[in-house]
Amino acid sequence: MSQLSAATKSSLLAELTGLLGAENVLCERSDLLLYEFDGSVVKGQPELVAFPRTTEEVSRVVKLANKFQVPIVGRGAGTGLSGGALARSGGLMIVFARMNRILEIDLENRRAVVQPGVVNLDITKAVEQAGFYYAPDPSSQKSCTIGGNVSENSGGPHTLAYGITTNHVTALELVLPDGEIVRIGSKQGDAPGYDLCGLFVGSEGTLALVTEITVKLSRKAEAVKTLLAIYETVEDASQTVVDITARGITPAACEMIDGWTLIAIEDYIHAGFPRDSAAILLIEVEGLRESVAEQVTAIEEVCNLHHAREVRVAKDDRERELLWKGRKNAFGAMGRLAPANYVLDGVIPRSKLPQALRRIQEIGQRHGLGIGNIFHAGDGNLHPLVLYDPRKPHDFETAIQAAEEIIRYCVELGGTLTGEHGVGMEKSELMPLLFTDADFDLMRRIHDAFNPSSSLNPGKIFPLSKGCGEIRTRSKPQQVVPS
Amino acid sequence: MTPTANLAHQLEGLLGAAQVTTASEELSRYPVHGVLPTAVARPTNSQEVAEIVRFALTEKLSVLPTGGRSKLNIGKPPERYDIAIDMTGLHQLVHYDPGDLTLSADAGMTLQSLQEQLAEKRQFIPLSVPFLPQTTIGGTIASGIDSSIRLLYGTARDFLIGAEFVDGKGAICKSGGRVVKNVTGYDLHKLLIGSLGTLSVITRLNFRTYPLAESSASHLAAFRSAAEALEFRASLEKLGLPFSNLEILNPEFASTFAQALRKENAVVPSAFGREGWIVYSNWEGNSSVVSRIRTDVENSQRQGQFAQSLDGSQDRALRELFRVAFALLYGTSPHSAILRIVHHRISNDVLEKVHEIALKENLVHRLLLRPVGVSYLALTAGNDSPNSNESLSRGINATTVELLQIGATYSILQAPKHVTTDGNLWGPQGSDTSLMQRVKHAFDPNNVFAPGRLAGGF
Repeated sequence: MSQLSAATKSSLLAELTGLLGAENVLCERSDLLLYEFDGSVVKGQPELVAFPRTTEEVSRVVKLANKFQVPIVGRGAGTGLSGGALARSGGLMIVFARMNRILEIDLENRRAVVQPGVVNLDITKAVEQAGFYYAPDPSSQKSCTIGGNVSENSGGPHTLAYGITTNHVTALELVLPDGEIVRIGSKQGDAPGYDLCGLFVGSEGTLALVTEITVKLSRKAEAVKTLLAIYETVEDASQTVVDITARGITPAACEMIDGWTLIAIEDYIHAGFPRDSAAILLIEVEGLRESVAEQVTAIEEVCNLHHAREVRVAKDDRERELLWKGRKNAFGAMGRLAPANYVLDGVIPRSKLPQALRRIQEIGQRHGLGIGNIFHAGDGNLHPLVLYDPRKPHDFETAIQAAEEIIRYCVELGGTLTGEHGVGMEKSELMPLLFTDADFDLMRRIHDAFNPSSSLNPGKIFPLSKGCGEIRTRSKPQQVVPS
Repeated sequence: MTPTANLAHQLEGLLGAAQVTTASEELSRYPVHGVLPTAVARPTNSQEVAEIVRFALTEKLSVLPTGGRSKLNIGKPPERYDIAIDMTGLHQLVHYDPGDLTLSADAGMTLQSLQEQLAEKRQFIPLSVPFLPQTTIGGTIASGIDSSIRLLYGTARDFLIGAEFVDGKGAICKSGGRVVKNVTGYDLHKLLIGSLGTLSVITRLNFRTYPLAESSASHLAAFRSAAEALEFRASLEKLGLPFSNLEILNPEFASTFAQALRKENAVVPSAFGREGWIVYSNWEGNSSVVSRIRTDVENSQRQGQFAQSLDGSQDRALRELFRVAFALLYGTSPHSAILRIVHHRISNDVLEKVHEIALKENLVHRLLLRPVGVSYLALTAGNDSPNSNESLSRGINATTVELLQIGATYSILQAPKHVTTDGNLWGPQGSDTSLMQRVKHAFDPNNVFAPGRLAGGF
């Protein structure tokens, strides 16, 4: 849907081309199609795409967009799962793919300074020989960018022990919606004054564009063990997680995958997962050798207490990496089960895991939809995958309805809408489930303090409904139909 | 009716007479750098806090939330100080699910009382901070005070998972939640850490809890020079062990530590008797982990170096002392200025320059080099005579010049009233200052909260 007049688009295109060169600007509809999707079920097409290479270029592009009153949305690799990097209102998309340099590695102080288009895993690759790594590890870490991670405050399996993106960012360079370049935080962290990094990380590109990021580097653990616990019932697997948490054991990661999802993954990846179980837990422990040995023993004991059919410790790095390959590529395997799926990201108190999984199953059955579960069990971050066929009449709407019921239940249990994917445009209408008018009023004032005309990433986080007192009729996301 | 009586009368109308006081002896218990409020209000729930803020808004009054009142001298005196909101009436542990390792507690609850309740379930919040038993969790967060075990557990921003607070419009707002992973909406609760009551009145805080360690142990090493101490600490860092603390004390501060231990009739470890620089390392875990780390640390010692490992009661006493290290600096003398310095690696050259400045200005300097690049420096003058104050002012300013040259940032946490400094509380203003002002204005558009507590128009 075009928002810009032909004259505006033409003038902006000419100035952008003059600024960045024709090779760094896209305007043809066929080119723009690629940028109307991310990993979610929603879409929104930009009218122009720009690829700046420096912070100064970003600033000048922003000023140009302002001159023509064109909305802007920033984008990294487009792997997001909430529509955060989609152009909901059309306009100009700034893609950071060409700002992809690691600017500094300071091992002595365990910091790296990177541009936003650097791929998450590339930071680890750059420092792993020296025994370091970058801790937040979204499943898409081979392709997602740090800029996108910062905007969405991304997590990953190992955030159970090490925290999410916000815990690993100490400084940012930003381009504000008026084009001003500012720096916040400090390389060391603990910058004087208000914790602006804490505010901007996870602000989903609604307050500023991120053009440089200082991240913490973590030291690789001395010892790592990965356990695969196999169960005959989902209940036993989830009770194991509850018990591990209650005993104060904090694994580096604790992932759950349920039964029929496992079959699809195994067919696709051949990771060594069972094909005849109800659920598995993939648990990793890290640390000093002495600590790891004791944790493995304690976890095995808990697994057996809850009737694990088998607890297998990966015998070497190859087996360990294969198990993780199975987990991290699991979402891709879902394509074998249904043409499309809707990945949720609700979080619940960990002690409520068994009842939440029961309810998800009930909801799926009631709607006649398959719902798989591949998720971060250790921190209560659910990823129900609601399978649907977009070619069937009403299947998508039914999937959305089932998803909303699941999210409502997460909130009822004391949980929240999203643990790591962000609100974006996908969950914005559900925000009133959690936030009051007063909460929205303050968040809106913060938003307007930086982005008063909503020129930056409009239509995200905040519900489009005028008031906020109750959940209104959901503005249906545009369905993505696979070709 | 006098303005004070009128204020009291109106507040009593809101809260009831028992929850309001203007008696001078009561007011004298709420000083901020000697400035007293006109009235003290003691709400018992969030709604009452909101009513007080809305009242202050209507009457164009300023409010300052207080808890245990142990750290009110951190920051500048407020430009206006009409109502002290004493938050200690909000002191319930509202929700605690030990199986989930999360809790929600009223801001006026004392940290000690909270930790005691968590300890019954062998859990704790890793806020190892001074000023127990009076310090409240709200005050601990609002002051942003450092935890002595942050090397292992991180800072409050790593385990504060949500908050409820009253904003500058008198509305009860929240951010975050009670789950350990949450990216729903802006992380406003992180802004409250270290905000000194300038953004909101914190009414409730949600934390992630952690299991208490089975055991812990410490190691002390004494050195004749700062260079040797820095080198030894660097060698320990290279071991890659999960230390919970790794700090350096200069000889003057080590002497303060020894005095504090003697005062408690505790055994003073021999390392403190060497009148040198002290490197303290501490670690925790199960017995095999503790034993392993001890072996590795002892193997790092050089021949002829004085060092001792401590466990049991001596380790616990020392751990306690490092918990209150900031309070020892803070309470050294009323004629002290305290700087919080952030720099990734303070070098021996800088330490020597600070030493020279202190000598030149006849100041005692006590130094605590925390791990993770945070250091505290207390400069103390002999008395509050004009000469001493001038000397202290010169000492602070010369030190901050040195710090800026190496790219460090600093905050002046405390300075005597008559001491003037060139910079503001947070050092020279950067491009982020205007962003902070926008945050302040968004939270508190009418500047009702603690105006002037933070320099630069906050």
